[in-house]
Amino acid sequence: MSILTYILGWPLLAALALAFVPRDLRVVMRAVAILATGLSALLALKLFLLFPGAPADADGYRFVQQVPWVESLGISYCVGVDGINVGLVLMGAIVAFAAACCSWEIKDREKEFYILLLIMTGGILGAFASLDLFFFYAFHELALVPTFIMIGVWGRGERRNFATFQITLYLSLGALIALAGLILLYLDSGANTFSIPDLTRHIAEHPLPPVAQKLMFPLLLFGFGILVSLWPFHTWAPLGYGAAPTATAMLHAGVLKKFGLYGLIRVALPLMPEAAESWMSVLSWLCLGNILWCGFVAVRQRDLNLLIGNSSVAHMGFAFLGIASLNLIGLTGAILVMIAHGFLAALSFGLSGYLYQQTGTLDMNQLGGLLRRLPFIGAALVMAMLAGCGLPGFANFAGEVTVFFGAWKVFRAVTILACWGALIIGAVYMLRAVRSILHGPLNAEWPQVADAANPWRKLPFALLLASLLVFGFFPRLLSDKITPDAERIIERVDSPYGNGNVCLPGYDGAAVLTAAALELRVETDHSP
Amino acid sequence: MNLALISHEILLLLLGVGVLLADLWLPAARKRSLGYVAAGGVGIILLVSLLGLLPGTVGADPTAHAFGRMFVLDDLALFFKRFFLIATLIVLLMTVEFADRVPAGIAEYYSLILFAASGMLFAASANDFVLLFVSLELITVTFYVLTGFARSRTESLEASVKYLIMGALSSAFLVYGIALVYGMTGAFNFQDLAAVDAPHLEDPIFLFGLLFVFVGLGFKIAAVPFQMWAPDVYQGAPTPTTAFLAVGSKAAGVVLLLRVLFTAVPAVAAEWAPVIAVVASLTMLYGNLCALPQTNLKRLLGYSSIAHAGYLLLGVASLTQSGQAAVLFYLGGYLFTVLAAFMVAAAVLRETGAEDIESLRGLYHRSPLLATGLTFSMVSLAGIPPLVGFFGKFLLIQAALAAAAAAPILYAAVGVAIVGVVVSLCYYFGVIRAIYWRTDSTGHPLTPSMTARLTVGACLAGIVILGIFPSGLWESARQAVATLSLN
Repeated sequence: MSILTYILGWPLLAALALAFVPRDLRVVMRAVAILATGLSALLALKLFLLFPGAPADADGYRFVQQVPWVESLGISYCVGVDGINVGLVLMGAIVAFAAACCSWEIKDREKEFYILLLIMTGGILGAFASLDLFFFYAFHELALVPTFIMIGVWGRGERRNFATFQITLYLSLGALIALAGLILLYLDSGANTFSIPDLTRHIAEHPLPPVAQKLMFPLLLFGFGILVSLWPFHTWAPLGYGAAPTATAMLHAGVLKKFGLYGLIRVALPLMPEAAESWMSVLSWLCLGNILWCGFVAVRQRDLNLLIGNSSVAHMGFAFLGIASLNLIGLTGAILVMIAHGFLAALSFGLSGYLYQQTGTLDMNQLGGLLRRLPFIGAALVMAMLAGCGLPGFANFAGEVTVFFGAWKVFRAVTILACWGALIIGAVYMLRAVRSILHGPLNAEWPQVADAANPWRKLPFALLLASLLVFGFFPRLLSDKITPDAERIIERVDSPYGNGNVCLPGYDGAAVLTAAALELRVETDHSP
Repeated sequence: MNLALISHEILLLLLGVGVLLADLWLPAARKRSLGYVAAGGVGIILLVSLLGLLPGTVGADPTAHAFGRMFVLDDLALFFKRFFLIATLIVLLMTVEFADRVPAGIAEYYSLILFAASGMLFAASANDFVLLFVSLELITVTFYVLTGFARSRTESLEASVKYLIMGALSSAFLVYGIALVYGMTGAFNFQDLAAVDAPHLEDPIFLFGLLFVFVGLGFKIAAVPFQMWAPDVYQGAPTPTTAFLAVGSKAAGVVLLLRVLFTAVPAVAAEWAPVIAVVASLTMLYGNLCALPQTNLKRLLGYSSIAHAGYLLLGVASLTQSGQAAVLFYLGGYLFTVLAAFMVAAAVLRETGAEDIESLRGLYHRSPLLATGLTFSMVSLAGIPPLVGFFGKFLLIQAALAAAAAAPILYAAVGVAIVGVVVSLCYYFGVIRAIYWRTDSTGHPLTPSMTARLTVGACLAGIVILGIFPSGLWESARQAVATLSLN
C-alpha cells in the first residue's frame, strides 16, 4: 500500500473508531483526533522528504497505488503524488494537525465535532492525493459536507444560520457544476476511464475537439472558481469563515478551498489547453476583482474574522493570476501561493479563534492593547499579518513575487494593479488590524485574558509559523519539485502570449526561477 | 404454459392466503407475530430465488415466456422481483413494529401487503398490456385498502379517498389507452406491438392511446403533472403503507414504463425522449421546491419521492442502456434509504403520536441508532459520498450527459437536476438539524425493539455497503437492462 493511503486513511479510520467511544471520554476523543492527524502529518513529512528519491512512473507520479473499483466505468481508487500535489498534501496534513490542536475551544458535542473534523481531514487529503477524477470529486464532497454541519452546529454569531445556508448552497452548486464538467470530460474523451494519468495520456494523443472544450472549460472554471471564491462568486467566504468554528475555518480556508485551484491546474489546464487559453484573459480580470475589490472590502472591516476572510479571498487572486499567466513561472508561483496561503490562513484563523476564546469578541473597535497580555499570540499575529502583506522571508512573498514575474510578460496592466493591491491595500488593512488589536489602551473588561502558556497551545501556531518561514527562506524545497511537473502541464498549453521562458531569450525556465530565487535570497537578507 | 416460471408469485400468493387463513384460528394476542411468519416466508422466497433454486430461474434460455408470451422471466424481471421481495420483507417487519397502531385486522394488513407484492412481482414480468393492467390493478386496489387501514384516523380515510379517486381516474386513462392501442394495432403483446408496421406509429389515435398509458404509469411513479395525490396520501396513510407505496409502487411503475417504452414502442420512445426530459425536469423542480417549507416528515418524504421520480425519469430519458442501468441502481439504493427513513419514522413517531419534524428534536440523545439511521438516510437521499445516493445520482447524471450530445435538452435537464440537488440539501439538512441541533422535546430515552434495531441496521448496512462497493449492484443492473432493446 502506498504511504498516501495511510496518510488519508488514518484520519478516516480514527473517525470510525471515535463513533464507538463513549461520549464522556472527552480526553480520549481529543487525543485520538490529535494522534491521527499528527500521524498523518508525520507521514506526509516523510512523503515530502522521500519524494525526490522515490521512483517516478512513466507519467511522473510517485507512490502510486491503484485498486479497481467499478471496472465497467473505469473508476479506480488511485492515489499518487507529483511535484504539484506533494506540497499540498504536506500542507494539508500539517494544517489538519494544527486544527485538531486548536479545537480545545469546543466544549459541547465533542464526539461529533472530532468525527467530522477527522472525516474532513481524510477527505481533503484524499482529494489532493487522488489521481482518479471520481475519487478526486468524491473525497472533496466528503470533506465539504462536514464543513456545513460544523458551521451550523458549532458556529458563532447571530448570522450563523444565514452563513450556513449560504455556504451550503454556494459550494454545493459549485461542486456540482464542476462535477458536470468532469463527467463531460470523461464522456467526451472517449477513454472510458476516470484515471487522470490515463486520461492525460489519451487526450495527448486524441485532443478533445475545441467545441467540447468550449463547453467543459467554463463549467470547470466557474465550478472550481466558486469553490475557491473567485470574484464575483466569493460572497460566501467572509461570512462563512466569520461564523465557522476555528478548526473548520482553518481547514476550509487553508486547505479545502485550494481544491478548486488544484483542479484547474491538474485537470482543466492540461486536458483542455485550447479552451484554457481563450479564458485566461477573462480570468486575469476576474482575479483582479479578488485582489482589489476584496482588498478594499477588507479595509473596511471592523471584525477580525471578516477581515481575515476577505483577505483570504483577496489572496486567492494571486493564485488565479499565476494560473492565468499560463507559463512555467506563473504556474509555479500559483502553487507556491496555494501552499503558503494554506499555512497563513490556518495561522490567522487559529489566532483569531484564540482571541475570540479569550475575549469573546473580534470587534476591532473593542479590542486593543492585547500585545501586553499576549506576548506569544500577539507576536504570532504580527508575523501572520506581515506574512499576509507579502513580507520577504515568509512563504507568501516567494509565491506572490513568482506569480508577478510570471504574469508580468502576459498581463502587464493587471500585474501592476495586482502589485499595488498586494503591497498597499494588504499593508493598509493588515497593519491597521495589528494597531487596533495589539496596540493602544488595553480594555479593562478582560482581566482574565491569558497567553498560550501551555506548549500544547503554542504548538499549532509555532508549527504553522515555522512552515511559513521554512518555505519562505527555502522556497526551492517546493519549487524544485514543482517546476518539472508544472513544465509538463505548460508544454501542453500552447500559450498565445508565449511562455515565460520563451519571453526571456537566453534563459530557460529553470534559470529564470533560479534568478527569482536569487532575487528572493537578496531580499530576505535585508529583511529584519 | 409453464407454471414453474411464476413460482415466485405462486409462493407469495400461497403465503398471503396462508396468513389470511391463520388469522381464523390464531388467538388475537398472537396475531401480531404473524408478521414475523410472513416476513420469514418472504425471506425464504428471496433466499431461494437468490440462490437460483426456484424452478424457472435457471435454464438455458435467459428470457423465458409463459402464458402465450404474456409473462416474461428475464434478468430485468428477476432484478425487480428480488427488489420487491426485499422491500416486502422490510415493510412487513416495519408493520410488526407499527402493529399496535392498527386498530383491528393486523393479519389482513399483512396479507394485503403480500398480495400487493405479488402484483408487483407480476408487474416485473408483464410482457403484455393485459398483464400490465391486471398487475397494476392488483397493486392499486390493495393500496386503496392499505391506505385507509387506520379507519379511526380521518387523515387515513382522507388519504384513501384521494388515492381511490385519483387512482381510479388513472386506471381509466390506462385502460382507455390500452383499448385505443389495441384497436389500432390489434396487439396486446409488447413484441407484437414492436413489430407492427410503421404507419401505425404515426397514427394520432395510436399515439393518444400510448399517451394515456403513460398517464396511468406517470400516476404510479408520481411524475408531474400526476403527482397531486402523493403528498396527501404519504402523509395520511399508515407509515408501512407509505413506505411500501414509496418504494414498491414507484418501482412497479418504473419497470412497466421501461418495458412499454423499450420493448413495445422503442421508436416512439426515441421520439418522445424530449417530452420525458421535460417531465423529468418539472418533476424534480416541483418535488424539491415544494419539499422546502414542509414541517411534516412524511409529507416531506412525499415531496422528496416526487423529486426522486424526476431523477429516475432523467435516466429513462437518456434512452441508453447505461441510463436504464443507472435507474435500476438508483432504485436499489433508494430502497434501503427510504425504508430506513420510514422505519425510523414509524419507531419514533409512534412514541409521540405527532409526525412533525419538530418531534424529532433531540432524537440523538434518545436513540443514537435511530438518529444515525435517519441521518444516513437523509445524507444518502441528498446524494453525498460515500453513501449509495451519491453513486446513484452520479450514474444518472453521467448517463444523461452521455446522451445529451444527441438530445441537447438533456443538458437543461441536468442543470435542473443540479439545482434540485442543491435545493434538496436544505430540507434534508433541516431534518438532520432537528435530530442533532435542537434540545430534546420529550426527554425520555427511546428504546426501539429488536426488530426495529435490526431493520434499521440492515438498511444502514445497505446504504453504506452499496455506496462503498457499488460494483455488484451496478453489474447486475447492467445485466438486467441488457434485455431491453436499446443502444
